[in-house]
Order: sequence, then C-alpha cells, then structure tokens
Amino acid sequence: MAGLMSGFGSFTHAVVRAVSQSLAKEALRTDSLEVDLLKAQEEHDEYVSVLKHRLGLEVVELPADEALPDCVFVEDAAVVCGDTALITRPGAESRRKETEAMKAALTELGLNIVEMTDESATLDGGDVLFTGREFFVGLSKRTNQRGAEILADAFKDYTVSTVPIQDRLHLKSFCSMAGPDLIAIGSSEAAQKALKIMQQMSDHKYDKLTLPDDLAANCVYMNLPGKGDVLLHCTPEEFPESAKVFEMLKDHMLIPVSNHEKVKVDGALTCCSVLINKKKNI
Amino acid sequence: MTTEVGSESNVKKEAEKAPEVQQQTNQPDKPDPASAEQTQEESPSTEAESGQEAAASPEPSSPPPAAGGQKKEKGISRFLPPWLKRQKSQSQDKPSESSVPPKQESVEAVKEEQEETSQPKEEADGGGAGTASTEQTEEVKEVREESTAEEVQPEEKETEEEKSIGSADTQPVREEKEGESEVKQEKEETTKEEEQVIPHEASVLSALKVNKKMKMVVCHVTLLDGSQFSCEVEKRAKGHYLFFQVCEQLNLLEKDYFGLSFKDNAEQRCWLDPTKEIKRQIRNSQWQFAFSVKFYPPDPSQLTEDITRYLLCLQLRQDIASGRLPCSFVTHALLGSYTLQAELGDHDPEEHRLDYISDFQFAPNQTKELEEKVVELHKSHRGMTPAQSDAQFLENAKKLSMYGVDLHHAKDSEGVDIMLGVCANGLLIYKDRLRINRFAWPKILKISYKRSNFYIKIRPGEAEQFESTVGFKLPNHRAAKRVWKVCVEHHTFFRLVSPEQPTKTKFLTLGSKFRYSGRTQAQTRQASTLIDRPTPYFQRTSSKRISRSLDGAPVVNVSDYSQAAGAGENGPALELSSDSKSKLRVQGENIYVRHSNLMLEDLDKTQEDVLKHQASISELKRSFMEATPDPRPSQWDKRLTGSPATSLRLQAQGVPQKTPPCPETDIRDASKSAEVKPEVNGQPEVIEVMEETVVIEEVIKAKPKSPAPEASFTAETECAAEVKEERSLSSDSESEEEAEYHAQPPSTSISTQQIKEEPEEEQEAVLTQQAPPSGVESQPITEAAEPGPAAEEEKAAQPHEKERTDEPLATPDEAPNGHALQAEAPPTLRTAAAEKEEPHIVNGSASRVETEHLPQVICYSEPPVVKTEMVTISDTFAAQKTEISTKEVPIVHTETKTITYEAAQLDGNGDGEPGVLMTAQTITSESLCTTTTTHITKTLKGGLSETRIEKRIVITGDSDIDHDQALAQAIKEAKEQHPDMSVTRVVVHKETELAEDED
Repeated sequence: MAGLMSGFGSFTHAVVRAVSQSLAKEALRTDSLEVDLLKAQEEHDEYVSVLKHRLGLEVVELPADEALPDCVFVEDAAVVCGDTALITRPGAESRRKETEAMKAALTELGLNIVEMTDESATLDGGDVLFTGREFFVGLSKRTNQRGAEILADAFKDYTVSTVPIQDRLHLKSFCSMAGPDLIAIGSSEAAQKALKIMQQMSDHKYDKLTLPDDLAANCVYMNLPGKGDVLLHCTPEEFPESAKVFEMLKDHMLIPVSNHEKVKVDGALTCCSVLINKKKNI
Repeated sequence: MTTEVGSESNVKKEAEKAPEVQQQTNQPDKPDPASAEQTQEESPSTEAESGQEAAASPEPSSPPPAAGGQKKEKGISRFLPPWLKRQKSQSQDKPSESSVPPKQESVEAVKEEQEETSQPKEEADGGGAGTASTEQTEEVKEVREESTAEEVQPEEKETEEEKSIGSADTQPVREEKEGESEVKQEKEETTKEEEQVIPHEASVLSALKVNKKMKMVVCHVTLLDGSQFSCEVEKRAKGHYLFFQVCEQLNLLEKDYFGLSFKDNAEQRCWLDPTKEIKRQIRNSQWQFAFSVKFYPPDPSQLTEDITRYLLCLQLRQDIASGRLPCSFVTHALLGSYTLQAELGDHDPEEHRLDYISDFQFAPNQTKELEEKVVELHKSHRGMTPAQSDAQFLENAKKLSMYGVDLHHAKDSEGVDIMLGVCANGLLIYKDRLRINRFAWPKILKISYKRSNFYIKIRPGEAEQFESTVGFKLPNHRAAKRVWKVCVEHHTFFRLVSPEQPTKTKFLTLGSKFRYSGRTQAQTRQASTLIDRPTPYFQRTSSKRISRSLDGAPVVNVSDYSQAAGAGENGPALELSSDSKSKLRVQGENIYVRHSNLMLEDLDKTQEDVLKHQASISELKRSFMEATPDPRPSQWDKRLTGSPATSLRLQAQGVPQKTPPCPETDIRDASKSAEVKPEVNGQPEVIEVMEETVVIEEVIKAKPKSPAPEASFTAETECAAEVKEERSLSSDSESEEEAEYHAQPPSTSISTQQIKEEPEEEQEAVLTQQAPPSGVESQPITEAAEPGPAAEEEKAAQPHEKERTDEPLATPDEAPNGHALQAEAPPTLRTAAAEKEEPHIVNGSASRVETEHLPQVICYSEPPVVKTEMVTISDTFAAQKTEISTKEVPIVHTETKTITYEAAQLDGNGDGEPGVLMTAQTITSESLCTTTTTHITKTLKGGLSETRIEKRIVITGDSDIDHDQALAQAIKEAKEQHPDMSVTRVVVHKETELAEDED
C-alpha cells in the first residue's frame, strides 16, 4: 500500500498549456533575446507529444491566453504533490491570472486545491524543488518567505527548507531531480552555493549529478510503469557537454527534448508541465 | 526524611549506648564527612548481608527522627569494621574513644567495609550502579542530618541504629537501583553474580519494610493510553525509581526511549532527571507526571519489541491529535486507519457503523470527511495484525517532517522569532513553518547557555578558518537551560555510543554539569538484542470499545518483519551520511549572519579570497612541517593534507591517553571524519566534561610574512591542562546560570584521541598534543587542592576508566553525577555492565598505552612580534562548583580550585617550571591520563596577525600522580613547542575528591 513519500516520480497526468502568440514579444525574460515563435511552438508540441505518446501520460492541454504571454510555463502556477495542489501566487504581476485556468484544470482532476490568498505571498512553482522527501523553496525575486510558508502549510507532511537564490530566476533554473535522491545541479557558483545550502539543510544525503551548464540541470524525471526511470533532458545540440553527462545515466530512459527557443524566455523543461499522479495514492 | 516514629522503634537496643557514642563520635566525624558517608554506605550493605543487620535496617527506615546523628554515624561507622557493627552498638564507648584520636584508622576500617560491601552492591547494580551510588550517598547525608536532630531529642539512638537508619534510607534507593540493575542485567549482558543477588534481596526486603515507615508520597503518572498509574514513592526517591515503577507496570523493557515529564510552575514541560530526587525537581508542583517518549527512534522498526512500538504509537497518536506532529489530510487518514486496524482489527461492516470511530481522534480538527476516509482505508487493511498495523503506522509517521523534533521558542540574534528544533540528527532552526537552518551534531562543537541565551559553537566549514558561535535568545533562563539539556541528551543518546563520563570538569565550565546519564541509543539497541522473553501480552486500551482481543493478541509476532525492515539506520550510520554532507556545507562564518540569510554571506567570498586563504594554509603547513620534530613528517603531512582517515589514525596513535576531547579542540569537519571508517562515527563523541583545567595561552603577534595582508594569521595557543580527579561534583544545580557541553567527535572518546581533522582549507594547523602525563617534576604551578590524604583519588572519568579499573582506588567518577553506569565500587568491582557498555573505551585506553606520543606540532606562519596578554578568567566557577557540590550532596566531597596565572605572573611559575619534565611523555595508563587539546585561532588585526594557541590539558589520575609535575610538564612542552610564543595565561583548575572511598 502506498504510504507517505512513496512512488517518487510516478505520474499519470500532465497539465500543459499552449504557447501564446504574445510569447515572442511580451514574455518576461532576463536576457533580451529574440524568440522565434514558430520554433517555440514546435518545440512545445514535441514536448507535449513526448509526454502524451511516448510516455503515455494523460495530458490536459490548456488553451493559450494571449493576455498571458508566459502562460506556457504552467509549472509556476501550481505545485502538486500527492493529492494536493497548491495554486500559487506568481511573483510576476503579469502572470497572476495564469493560475485561473490551472486551478480549474486541477480541480477537474479531483485534486485537493489549496489557494494562496495571502496578498503578501508570492511563489513561483519554478522555485519549488520536491525531492520526494522534502521541499526546497528558493527565495528569489519571484518567491518570498510568506509564499514558502503557505507551501509548508499546504504540504504538512514534508519539511520545507528555504534556499536563498541570487543571480538566477528560479531555484530550478539550475537544478532539478534527475532520479530518486539524485539532484541534477549546474556548475555555476550560484548553483553550487544553493546545493551546499540544500545539503546542509537536509537530513538526507542526496546524490548529485553535476552538469556543466546550469540550464541543462533542469530536467524532468519520471518513474513510469513499464518504462522505469525516464528522463527528459537537454539535447546535445544545445548543451553538448551536459548531454554527455546525462548519457552516462545508463539505467534511465533518456529522452533529449529541445528547448532552444523557450529557454530564451527563461523556460526550462520542467516549466512546461505540471505532473500529477492520479493513481490511487492510498 | 524518615519519620520519627520509625527511628524510635529502631532505637530499642542502642538507646542506652547511643548517647555516649554520638557525642564522642560527633567531634571526630565532623572533620571527615566523607568517611561518614562511606561508612553509612557500607553499613547498609553489611546489614543486608547479615540477617541481624537486615532486620535492623527496616527499623531504621523510619529514621526521620534520626536527625541528630550525622556526626555519630560517621564516627561510628569509621570505628566499626563491618563485621564489628553489631558489637559496636554494645560497645560504643570503646569505639568512640579510639575513634576520636585516630581518624585515619577509622577511615581505613570503613574503607575495608566499603570494599567488601561495595563489591556486591556494585555488581548488583550493574549498569545503574553509578547512579545508585550517588543516591546512596545523598541519602546518607540526609540521615546524618536527621541523626543530629535526634541527638537533640530525648531518645538517643545507638550507632547501630543510625547505621541501620542510614541503611534504611539508602536501602530504598538501592532497591531502585537494584531493580534497575536487575532489569539491566537481564537486558544487558551483565553477568549476575550470586553475591550480588543475595545482598540485593536482603536490601530489598529491608527496604520494603522500611518504606512503610518513611514518608511516602503518591505519584500520579499519566500513561500513554491516558490511564493513570499511581504509585507510592519515598519522598526523597529519585526520578528513576518512579520511572522504573512505571516501566514495570507497563512491562516495558526498551525503556530508554521514554521518560517522565512534569509541568513546572510555569506550565512548561520538564523531563524528570532520573538521577535526582523527584522532590527537588518538581519543587512545589504536583506529584503528577506523564510517561512519554523522550527520544523518538528514527527507525522504529529497529525496536525489538512490539510493546515498545505500541507505546510509541500511542505517543504519536497523541502528538498527531494535539497538532504537535502536523500532517496532511491524507496522512491523518492513513495513520488513523492503521490505528483502527490495530485497535479494532479487521473492519466489520456489521459491527463497525459510521460512529464506531467516534472514540478516536485522528487529527486536531477531525472532520466527517476525514473519518470517512479513515474508514475507507481501514477496510483495506484486512488481515493485518495489530503489531503489523503499528509497524505500518510508524513507518509512515517516522517520515513526517516534525517527527521526533522537540520545538522551543526562541529569537535569533536579530530578535526574529524562530523555533529551535532538537532532533536525533541535530538542531533545526525554523522560522514559522520553514526550516531555515540545520546544524547536524557533527557540525556542533559546543552547546552552552548563559542566562537566557543559548549558544552553539559551529565547526568551521571547509573554507573557513574560524569556528563560529550562533546565539539564540530564549524567553528566559529556564527555557535556555531546558533547550540546552534537551540538546545534551539528544546528542548523547543519538550521537554517542556511550554516555559521556560525568566526572570530568572542564576548564571554564560554569554552571550545570548536567549530562545525559542513561543509555544511548546504541547501547539500548545492543541491550535490546538480548531481550529474550516471549512476546509480552499487552492490552490495547486506547479504545474503550475494545473488549475483544484483536487478533489473538498476545502472540502477535512481528519480530521478523521488524528486524527485516530496519535496514541499517540511524545511529552512527546516519551520522556518517551527515558527515559526508558536511563537506559541502557552507562555511560556518555565515552562520553569524541572521538566520534567514544564512550562508549567503560567505558565499560571496571571491575566488581570490579563497585562493589566498589556501595559500596561507599551505604556508602554514609548510612551516609546520619544517618545525615539526616529528620523526614521521609524512604522516603529519598527510594529516595536514587532510586525509581524514590518516589523521585520525595518527592521532589515535599519537594521543595515548587522551581523555575526552576538550571543547576547544579543532575538530575538522565532520566530513572528514565521515570518510573515516564508520566506526569512528559510531564511536561516542567526547563531550567535555568538567575537570580541572590548566590553560596556557600563548599569544604571538606576528607580522605577516606573506605579501598579501590577509596572509598573516594569528595563532592563538591556549593550553589548558585539565587535571581530573576523583568524582566531580554531583549533578548540576538548578541555579546555574550557564553551562557548556562540548560535542566532540565520537571517535575521540573511545580511542581517547581527539579526532582532528586537518583543515585542508583551513589555515590553521591543528596539532594535537598529548601532554605526557608522566611528568616527573613537581612544580607548584598547579594548585593541588588535594589535601594529600591517600584517600583522595583522582580519576578520570573518561576513557581512562580502564586504567582506573586496575587501580584499587578507582571509583567511578560518574557515580556522583549518575552519568556513568559504572558502579562506584573499586575498579575491580566495576560492574560488568559498565564495561560492556563501554567496551570501546576500554579498548581505547588500552590502545593508548601502547601508542606512542607524538610530539605536538604547531605551525606558526609568522614570527612572533607582539605579545598579548590574555584576559584572565575569573575563578567564579570554582566557587560555583563548591556550591553545587554542597547542594547536591555528592557522595564524595570534592575540592575544586581554580588558579589563573596571568602573563605577568607566569614568568615565575608557568614558564619556568615546566622545563624539567621532558620525560613526561611516558604515560602510565593506569595512574595518569593526560589529554591535550590545542586550539589555534588566528586573528588579523591591522597589519598584524595574532596567533593564539590554547591548549587544554586534562590530567586525570590517582593521588599517586603528581599533578604538579604533570602540569609543569605540560606547560613546558607547550613552551618548547612554541618557542616563539609566550605564555600569557595559565589557568589551573583542580578538582580533588576529599572523600576516601576506596583504597
């Protein structure tokens, strides 16, 4: 019987959202890069296709909202763990409304919805790293202490530790889970600092997978029936050195996914989906 | 206090003679309170042995009236050899006469008696002996007081009576002890000896009889199932007496995870210290206690018995229902369903209607929805036995974020409200619900409190050179002390293999000497493996509705699964992992920063800084190497280079007799230690104990040679030589304002060596020096407080114990504190249990002897330029100790002296004297133990770097040892090692036991 903290990485559903036409011009970005909208859409279609066809997840596709240029990055709008979904209050004012469609979709999926109503709280899902044992929440420009507190309240079973983030948009801009107890981490100073903090804060010892490129450290791990460990990661074209590192994970089903365009607007692989395990958790 | 009535009855025989004796004896006795104590102790034992005595003992039990006889008893006891006791009463006059002139004689006699009696006692006591002895002594004292009172009273009691009285008082205590010991023996491997048993029983009987006459108090204990357990205890009973009563009631063997708590006047929950009198702890509060889990086992599946798991479940159900252990809806439901399965068995649609769970509370706010979910899940557990259900419950509960975390409100340095969470792995810092920092035990060097402040000293991180101290503000002094105690206990229980020895007095240690005196998790696990009894039947009572036996209850056998389930967890193993983590940990410096911002600061260090730092370190190493007389530079080099394992080994060899590590020791990062063999981790960390200390500080200010200004370092050397002597004072007094607890790396204590990790990243070269104890010279540097009587024994409570064992005089220092399990009895008598429990120590000590002493090496990167004078530490602490000891009524009188030599004064004493003792390095394990800890601190002041080296040398040994010589030697060595440095301060703290216990 499934208990607490079992089945890390097992998902049945994914919520994604189409790329908004306004993405190329209006989406927030830390670097002022030109985005090829068409390519971005292609990328995203491929991403969704992998989830849906290759991995067999039930994919809920939300329509784009032109008023929400960043809406494709659904991860920031909700944090789902077990049966509970925390609807966030994104740190960027322009993104606050992204949560509405997400909330509706998650409600539809039968999750217990917790909303972040506190006006002083902000939280982007991109700042939330769930390791299977605990949460790390990056305190960034998008996420504040109050937001983290509400998250801790929503997921009482788990320890929630805060990690100060500097020089990066999100915590998951340079890290993610690449397997059970395996943290993929970038090589930058900021990434390594954050890792040290996480290691100090945790009662558990994680393995780490260090990648030359911070952005490459954002990957999507799943453990699916019949497929075992699955990892969506960067392509060799984008980050050749990092891709080699991933290729050393022999036991994983490795699926390189291109993210060349979306990354220009700070979109990483995890940003584009909210993964849900709807199987009977208990 | 015994009641007058009882005393009267006792008086029968001796009434006539008694008056005379008392008077006579009184005078002589005064001088030697200790002897009197001893005699009393002896007397009880002897009584137990002889039938007559036994008979007498019951009478005395009522001795409250006996107030007058303190002196008498002492005198009498002295005079009378054990076998003569009876006669004594009759021939009081003679003994009294003789007694007066030759105190010594009496003392000797007493000693003999003690020895005889003590052996059986100790054996009987087994693990608990240490505590027991303490208790006895305390009671004895009381008796004396009473006896004096008696004198005033018309009725005079003979010495026998007094003795008997004394014995009576002591007996109840013994019973407790014995009871404990019995249990322990069973559990533990302790071998019971026939001798033990006999005295045992006798004492028990007497005690029983006695109890009736004593002032009894009814204690109400709330058990985990909510029921009340009432039990009568003697008013002066110690905490463990009640605790064992409760455990017996519960049929609980794995009791080390549990404790009794009470609410103090401020409604704060306090743990009842088993080694102290209940009455003193609860003060004016009600005799109302709660039996609860004190140490939450990180892996409940490793518990041996189902009943233990059941009790843990009950505790957790409470924690959950009260909201103390937060969990999600789903978890509430899941855990609730296991509770139902355990209590009610399979879901029965017939019997289990919707309201069948209304008796249970699964969550603080229980909703209908939750109940429905619980029932739904309950149905899925069909076929699961109660024991299995409990196990599943625990498997889930243990993963909860706040499982086993003891929270305390506090403020950080900036006044921000935070929570301190003490748990198995260390100290957690929470702000609201968020964890904002965590200090694993390996990361913590020292825990202390002062007034309402609570401090932890943090081991420097890889790139750091300085230790840092983090302070927290607690609501009040009591709260600060409470969190400190909880930390000390948790550290000891979960991190150490065996409890720290109590005796040691640490330099500069003020205030509470509180230590955890029970068994550690490692010990209790080991003991548990010996449990060999059929699975005890226990009734699950949480549900009133349960009348039927759930699953054929009594015989539920889950043992297999439980053991299988527990893959290696916790304990030392856990520590390992944490240690390894430490490598990556952020540097300690950051910690100073406000918590929420922790670590950010040092992260900002530039690469350049790091490089400089490294450069300076390497320079230090180089200089160190050059300077090192050590024949085996390569090893040192390795050390410096930082292979942890190597360093550890080296130290082990090099530091033969080290006692537990001094607080100031630089222990490099846990990470290194982690790398070392697992054993290391598993080994007990040494915690600083209080002992006599000699601190020599050498301060040099040097100009930085290195081009980079930062390159210059100051090395502070402080040498503290601690001389250990016999038992230190008994436990801490509540009044203490502050206390320290040094958490030292586990391996140290065992092997007696300090683990020094070399700081690769750190510039400090840490060299541990062992001060060769064998110092030949006697120089009065240290003040020997010892009166000189052979009776005084100085013993190192720690690793040296083995050594002591050999010595006839060796008494367990711990006894007074109750920390040590060892019995007070002469070394030979040591209970098997104690030895077993602390086997490594023994081994370690042995190894020490063999090991050679490595010369201390201290590197100075810079030539000394400036002399600095250190501030002297006040002697207040000595005074405190004295007070404490008085308060506590320790078995043995301890004399404590602290002397501080300032630089100015040092010229004469400190510096000059030490010169002679070069040979000292030879350490005779038996007689002398010396531990030296070197702490180097570098400070940059303007263009000058100051290096301060602090050495702490602990010398433990019998009176045979010339402490002065040892001290002189230590100082000399320190000077020789650092010729370019000046000694700015020498602090000598000497603790001597005045009592003549053994001989």
